[in-house]
Amino acid sequence: MEDMKDIVLEYVIEEYLEDEDEVLTYDSPLISGGIVDSFSMVSLKRFLENKYNITLPDDKATPEAFDTVNNIVALVNEFLK
Amino acid sequence: MAYSDKVRGTYNGTLQALKDKGIFKQERFIHSSQAADIEVEFPTGASLKKVINMCANNYLGLSSHPDVVKAAHEGLDARGYGMSSVRFICGTQDIHRELENKVTEFLGTEDTILFPSCMDANAGVFEAILTDEDVMISDRLVHASIIDGMRLCGALHDTFKHSNMKHLETKLQLHADKRLKVVITDGVFSMDGDTAKLDEMVALCEKYDAMLFVDESHSSGFIGKTGRGTHEKCGVFGKIDIITTTFGKALGGASGGCVSGRKEIVEMCRQKARPYLFSNTIAPVVVAGVNRVLDILSKSTERRDKLEKNTEFWRQGLLDAGFVLQPGDTPIVPVMLFNAKLSQDFSRDLYDEGIYAIGFFFPVVPNGAARIRTQISAGHEIHHLEKALAAFKKVGEKYGILGKTKQEIIEMYGL
Amino acid sequence: MSYNNEIKNFYSSQLEEIKKSGLYKEEKSINSTQGAEIEVEYPIGTKSSKIINICSNNYLGLSSHPDVIQASKDGLDQRGYGMSSVRFICGTQDIHKELENKVSEFLGMDDTILYSSAFDANVGVFEALLDEDCAIISDALNHASIIDGVRLCKARRYRYANNNMDDLQDKLEEAKDAKIKLIVSDGVFSMDGVVAQVDKICELADMYQALVMIDDSHATGFMGKLGRGTHEEHRMIGKVDLITTTFGKALGGASGGCIAGRQELVDMLRQRSRPYIFSNSMSPAVVVGVLKVFEILSKSSERRDKLHKNTRFWKNGLEEAGFILTKSNSPIVPIMLFNAQLAQDFSRDLYAEGVYAIGFYYPVVPKGKARIRTQISAGLSTEQLERALEAFIKVGNRYGILGKTKKEIIEMYPLSI
Repeated sequence: MEDMKDIVLEYVIEEYLEDEDEVLTYDSPLISGGIVDSFSMVSLKRFLENKYNITLPDDKATPEAFDTVNNIVALVNEFLK
Repeated sequence: MAYSDKVRGTYNGTLQALKDKGIFKQERFIHSSQAADIEVEFPTGASLKKVINMCANNYLGLSSHPDVVKAAHEGLDARGYGMSSVRFICGTQDIHRELENKVTEFLGTEDTILFPSCMDANAGVFEAILTDEDVMISDRLVHASIIDGMRLCGALHDTFKHSNMKHLETKLQLHADKRLKVVITDGVFSMDGDTAKLDEMVALCEKYDAMLFVDESHSSGFIGKTGRGTHEKCGVFGKIDIITTTFGKALGGASGGCVSGRKEIVEMCRQKARPYLFSNTIAPVVVAGVNRVLDILSKSTERRDKLEKNTEFWRQGLLDAGFVLQPGDTPIVPVMLFNAKLSQDFSRDLYDEGIYAIGFFFPVVPNGAARIRTQISAGHEIHHLEKALAAFKKVGEKYGILGKTKQEIIEMYGL
Repeated sequence: MSYNNEIKNFYSSQLEEIKKSGLYKEEKSINSTQGAEIEVEYPIGTKSSKIINICSNNYLGLSSHPDVIQASKDGLDQRGYGMSSVRFICGTQDIHKELENKVSEFLGMDDTILYSSAFDANVGVFEALLDEDCAIISDALNHASIIDGVRLCKARRYRYANNNMDDLQDKLEEAKDAKIKLIVSDGVFSMDGVVAQVDKICELADMYQALVMIDDSHATGFMGKLGRGTHEEHRMIGKVDLITTTFGKALGGASGGCIAGRQELVDMLRQRSRPYIFSNSMSPAVVVGVLKVFEILSKSSERRDKLHKNTRFWKNGLEEAGFILTKSNSPIVPIMLFNAQLAQDFSRDLYAEGVYAIGFYYPVVPKGKARIRTQISAGLSTEQLERALEAFIKVGNRYGILGKTKKEIIEMYPLSI
């Protein structure tokens, strides 16, 4: 569980942060905070699907569900079962 | 109709919020032709003021060039004012095809299709050539019109960090399974004036079987030794699959744009691109003008050479005065001020000194990256630039930012 | 670039399919100004021939009117060729504001915002005004640009059957709880020439507290007593909240469009509408031409009157000859042929007779409703209309469809399924 959190967090930092000094936590707002735009969400979704071998339906992949690392992990877990 | 007080109030509230945040856009009325010297009414109702324009996309100084105006006159006589029809019904003239052929030759592509604007070209091209089996991988700083085009297209959309080739490569690997892949970038990025690394992008596209799309709106006519664009500058002339560009900036500045590229792609646009099918093409008077512009540019590089010299002079002058500039070598020269309010005050003070240049701030540029964006023109003479430089120095001194670093300016004005 | 053979072949085969399905669009090149008679080069590379044009949107015959051309030249001399800038940087001239004011006055609206085309106006309007809590209720036959604008907007979407007020009411009922509801309809439906029931739309809008937007691209300048459009025709001036129209058809035909409407709505568009913010406005030469068009229209109703006279003459002539027309009440006069191949053959034969009119078939119109769409212009003389009518009758006789009912024509030229 912690493991997945860190994997997602690391991916988000690597993928989206332009400024190396910015600090992100599990609860940082990603979409409402302007870090991930709605377009870039696509690559995050694709990353999660490839990494965890799941399919996230479009109606579940909402901006709310992707807004924090914690939310994302909850969503992925829902589909891992 | 039910335009109730409630509805009115909703919109008034939004408008007031924009004003409170200082991001309400106000227009200034120009009572003259577009040129280095213009006459401006601002604020609305004020008497006219003659100012030097430092913020037009009139890079080659052709927007009111007498030869272009004359060609437009002739176009009106020979082919009339309007077509009152879309292209495929009865809205295509010989001069439209002439222009398409000239652009093809100038850009070194296989074929060209005109659109009413480059906004429409970008809005229509992706949907016409891609489906949900394909992927579009775009630089994160591409122009808004490209974003709208991608929004209207069913293909998967992903982005790569601005001009970051390593990141682009990981994205090309990630989407290797897609049928068609298109890498999308601006040739010159309009806010920073930096240039895409087209040579590296061509290599990556070849490696991963992707097509390359470049928006050359801020480069056609003056970037590269003979002004063909970024692909000429980067040594990849003839290697770009899809180029979009505009006639609304350097190439006369009236209106219109195009998609130029592989023959089949252009043909697909002719059959399927919605803004092409459902809207009049460029009016004859404008077409005649652009045809003349391309003749002028094909004959001599004088104007782009002058633009290059002007740009060097301007950039060096600002650096010597101690301004912080966005690095680059295009005629887009952003003077960095970082603080949004400072950029607005600076612009206003410049105007008082007879210099017209606009401040840009969030959300047009990232937070904390506010600036005055200056754009140099071959229509500027050295005396224009000297006067503008003196005004920039005077206002720069007033705010005490000359010779200061980014860090120091941010300390003085906050973000 | 990796435009390899695989990609090239992919697109080549797509184009081949379009050709096979008979939907490939080929352009004819016009080597003259737009007008009642034009010089056409078709197929491209052959010698031009002079023919009567009966399929342009040049309703008022102003597309190459000498006064408009002269005005455009004056515009070039006084305000130059291009602005090389978007409106809010340094791309606004006094003449742009003048035209906006002129349109507001002509249409009877608070304010007006210019766009580089009516297509862009429709693409940019919805997203700027409505969010996901709002609803758009749109006529099923609205123009493609409205459809694209709606696609870019997050508001809930409802579609009602063409010109069907009962269905509109049902959809308004469904959308009842939305924050802001906007009904949008073409003023004249361009494929049928039918005028929307703007009065009834406004009545329903009142009942359900909805806003009304009308696209009068095929109406401004000639529908209604003073040519103001379908809102005038239905006595609804002041009742419609937003009107889109174009300068690319009756009003000179060059390019450009606009949205006229309530003050706050236009203010919002200026701040938020993406095609307005990110694209040059109309070029000075075009703006001054349109200003002259409005001057001509406000001086005299001569052109409008001639257009309506021409339209009556044309419709009567076709009906007397035994053609089946749609229920058009505008200068758009479609001649129903039902079968797609027949529509194409008919158009080709007309061309050979010196008359230029285009066949429309699926997917532009529904299957089994193929037609020749004619559009009447004030620029056509009675003599030209008579010649065109003669050609229609000649070709109609050739295919044996004159005086025949829909059923009989379909029996002769069965519809493919």
